[in-house]
This record gives sequence, structure tokens and C-alpha cells, in this order.
Amino acid sequence: MTHSRNPLLPRLLIALAVGLTLILVVAPLAYIFARALQEGWRVYAQNILDPATLHAIWLTTLVALIVVPVNLVFGIAAAWAIAKHRFPGRGVLMTVIEIPFSISPIIAGICYLLLYGRQGLLGPWLAEHDLQVMFALPGIVLVTLFVTAPFVAREVLPLMQAQGSEQEQAAVTLGASGWQIFRRVTLPNIRWALLYGVVLCTARAVGEFGGVSVVSGNIRGQTNTLPLHIELLFNDLNTSGAFAAASTLTLLALVALVLKALLEGRKEG
Amino acid sequence: MTVAVARVRAKRVLPGFTLSLGTTLVYLAVIVLIPVVALVLKGAEIGPAGFWAIISSPRALAAFRVTFTAAAIATLINALYGLLMAWVLVRYDFPGKRILDALMDIPFALPTAVAGLSLTALYGPTGWFGAPLEAGGVKVVYTLAGIALAMAFTSIPFVVRTVQPVLEDLDPAMEQAALTLGAKPFTIFRRVIFPSILPAWLAGCTIALARSLGEFGAVVFIAGNLPFNTEIAALLAFIRLEEYDYTGASAIALALLLAALVLLAVSNLLQSWAMRHKGAAR
Repeated sequence: MTHSRNPLLPRLLIALAVGLTLILVVAPLAYIFARALQEGWRVYAQNILDPATLHAIWLTTLVALIVVPVNLVFGIAAAWAIAKHRFPGRGVLMTVIEIPFSISPIIAGICYLLLYGRQGLLGPWLAEHDLQVMFALPGIVLVTLFVTAPFVAREVLPLMQAQGSEQEQAAVTLGASGWQIFRRVTLPNIRWALLYGVVLCTARAVGEFGGVSVVSGNIRGQTNTLPLHIELLFNDLNTSGAFAAASTLTLLALVALVLKALLEGRKEG
Repeated sequence: MTVAVARVRAKRVLPGFTLSLGTTLVYLAVIVLIPVVALVLKGAEIGPAGFWAIISSPRALAAFRVTFTAAAIATLINALYGLLMAWVLVRYDFPGKRILDALMDIPFALPTAVAGLSLTALYGPTGWFGAPLEAGGVKVVYTLAGIALAMAFTSIPFVVRTVQPVLEDLDPAMEQAALTLGAKPFTIFRRVIFPSILPAWLAGCTIALARSLGEFGAVVFIAGNLPFNTEIAALLAFIRLEEYDYTGASAIALALLLAALVLLAVSNLLQSWAMRHKGAAR
């Protein structure tokens, strides 16, 4: 290769890359577990089993259980419509799907507050019908839906486009119904990309902070998701509790990364 | 009915178009477009004069200055670090390379609040890095440096992941030719490689900058959030909300949104330039 005449430079650059990564990425990661377990496993278990922490874990799980399936269905529908059909405005639609990526979550939270909040556009109507969206579970779910909307679609869409629709067209000619085509022909082709999108969507859904903190109202034991609970514990100066709660999300992130690495190779085929 | 079906088959159109497109449009309208329109409507209600009055208030100006300065520093860090990582990961083989590559995704996978918590403690007075730094008189937590650090961490993957594929696709023949002509490695990098990856590199930096401007979760932990000093724009918007000043919050949010959209447009232009570059190189 280019640098074969000068073996010192590659080694130097590799050492620099590894060193910087240790400082910038690995240290913050390792520090979470070091601090969570600083006072031993017993304290760690106590921190995790604290009722408020358990409630936050449950709420975050619940939000993910609602959000991920909804965005899975949306992602498949969007990919099917855009990749398998020709219609005017496809490019615009693809841009709209990507909007949540370019909007800071906290701005998303403000958008929802302006719509569903007490002073919001739909506020008077919601109050009249005694419906609570903001500072309650529906608000948290809605904002998380917004933030994670593109994840499944953007993994599946390019793959479906690349694969074309000859196989599906053959199935149509053979008289298969739409559902049969999807289940027997399309789904097996996109399953790994789909799973990959679900992993990314889940990781993002459980970790959402900015948008949720605007719409949740941080009601302890009620609307406190796990990331919000970490902030609460930190502000309470309960650092070991905050790190214990953080360690659960970190483990989940690491599992997501391992799954991602495993799926990456299989995605294309 | 049979005629319709026959015609559809003749045109080879797959079923489910109405259902899938309908679902997509309704969902995007309800979840994405209508909320964004609510913000734009609020902006129209505030009007240009009102918008300007809020944006140019001393506290808001200070918040924007802190945000842009820290985001610029963070982007500079990632511009250099990301380029180095992309280069090392594409060009060299060494043990542990796959792990190093996987580590680049940590900042995306890790919730921002967790990153903020960890960085704050790590660089705090008793942390692994904070203790020696503060002994040397360097304070990171609750300063602009801390904000920049948190922003840099959360946007690490952007530059690496945009430069990496371009570097992988680079035609080795050009470098071989330059080498045969007696060019030194650094000259080859500067004259042959760097121009090819420049558009992708700039695009990655632009997205990293956009992300840093809007970053909230990681920053609120480490910033100290002192008005005029270490208060970022996203946090000021949040504080305005807590004061029930929806107008103030919306104006700041709109300003951030506009900045993000401009940067996104720039990044798209850069990426299409990169595509043309790629086409021309072949």
C-alpha cells in the first residue's frame, strides 16, 4: 500500500486513533459501570430495586412497547408505497420521513406542546373532553413516535428499492394476494433490515430525553421515564442511584450494538 | 371488476398501494407535519418584529453565542478525530479493528442523558479525568469546554461514517500512479486523496454541527446552566416553557430549527457534490 515504505506512520496513526478513542468513547462508557458498582453489588441492587427506579424502567419499557410496533408498521407501509410504486412526490415524501432526524428533540417537544398543551391549538377542545395528552403517557408516546419515526423506514426503503419488484410481480402473475406476496416474498427479503431498524428504533426510544422532558412534566413515580429519572437522581445528588439507573440503559445500548454488528452482514442478503 | 384487475395486472402494478400510501400520509401528517406546522403558526403569530425582539434579547444572544461557540469547537474536534478514525479504519489492518469500528456507534446507541451523566462525573472534581485536570488548574465541568465536550461526544459518528464509505470506494490506481511518479505519501494524501473525500468530510462536519446546535440531553448535565455564561439555546427554550412563556420558547425553537434546516440543505448540496465527484473519478 501507499505507506509500505514508511511503516512508522501507520503505527503512529493507529496508536493515536486507539488512544483518542479510549479517552473520548471508552472512558465515559467504562466509567458508568465503575460508578454504578463502586459501592458493591448490594447497593447496586438496592438502587435498581428502588420503587421509583423500577417504575421508571416500567414506563420506559411500556413506551417502547407501544412506539416500536407502530413505527415498524409505518416503516413497512412507507417503504412498500415508495419503493414498489411510482407516483409523483416520492422524493418529497422521502424528505418528510427524514424530518425528525433534522429536528432537535426539544424542538419536537415544543411543537407538541403548542398543539396539545393547555394554551395549544387543540388545548381547549382536549380540556372540554377531559383528555390529558401533555404531562401524561400519550404525550410521551407521541413525542417518542416523532423522534423514532424514520428508523425502520430508512433501513427498509433503500433495500426494497435495490431489490426491485420483479419477484413480487411474478407472484402477482401467479395470482397471489397482496398479503401473501408481502408475507412470502417481500418479508423474507427484508427481514434482517427490518430487525436492524427495530433495534435502532428501540435503542432510540428508550433513551429519548429532550423531547420527553418537555412533554412529561417529570411527575415522580408517574411520568418519569428512565432517562428523566437519571436526571432527577443526579439533581438529588444521588449519584450512585443515577449511575445504577444509567447502567441499565447502557447495557441495553451495548446489546443493541452487538445485535447491530451481527445484523450488519446479513442485512443485504 | 375483472377488467380493472386485468388492467392492473397488465400494468404490472403491485397491490396495497392505496393502503400503504394512505397509512404513510396519515401517519406523517399526524405525527410529523401537524406538530411542525403548529410551531410555524406560532412563529407567524409572533411576527418578524416580535421574533427579532426575543432572539436579540441579551440573554438569548448570550445563549446563542455559547451554543454556536461550543458547537463549533465540538465540530472541529470531530472533523479531525473523525477523519483520523475513517482513515485508520479503512486503510490499516490491525488486531481489534472491528471493535474500534463498533465503538464508533456508541455515541448514537447511548442515551444522551447517560452520556451527559457519565461525562459530568468523569470530568468532575473526583472523576478519573477531572481530578488530575483540576489539580492542573483546568476546569471542564460547568464551563464552555464541558459543553463542547458533550456536544463532541454525541456527534462523533457523523464524520467517521460519512467519510468511511467514500474512502473505501477510492480508486487505488490514482495513488499508485502518483507513487510511481515519485510523490511523497503526504503529497499523495493532500493532492490525490483529500480532494476526493473533501465533500463527504464537509458534509459530515455540517451534520455534526447541526446535531451539536440542538443537543440538549448530554449538555444540561455538564453545562452548569448559568444564564449568560453556560446556558445553551435549547435550555433557554426549555426554561421559557417552564415559565409558561410559550412565545419566547417558540421563537428560540424556530431560530434553532432554521439553523438546522440551513445546515441540512448545505449538507445535502455537499453530498450531491460528493456523488458527482465520485461519478467523475470513475
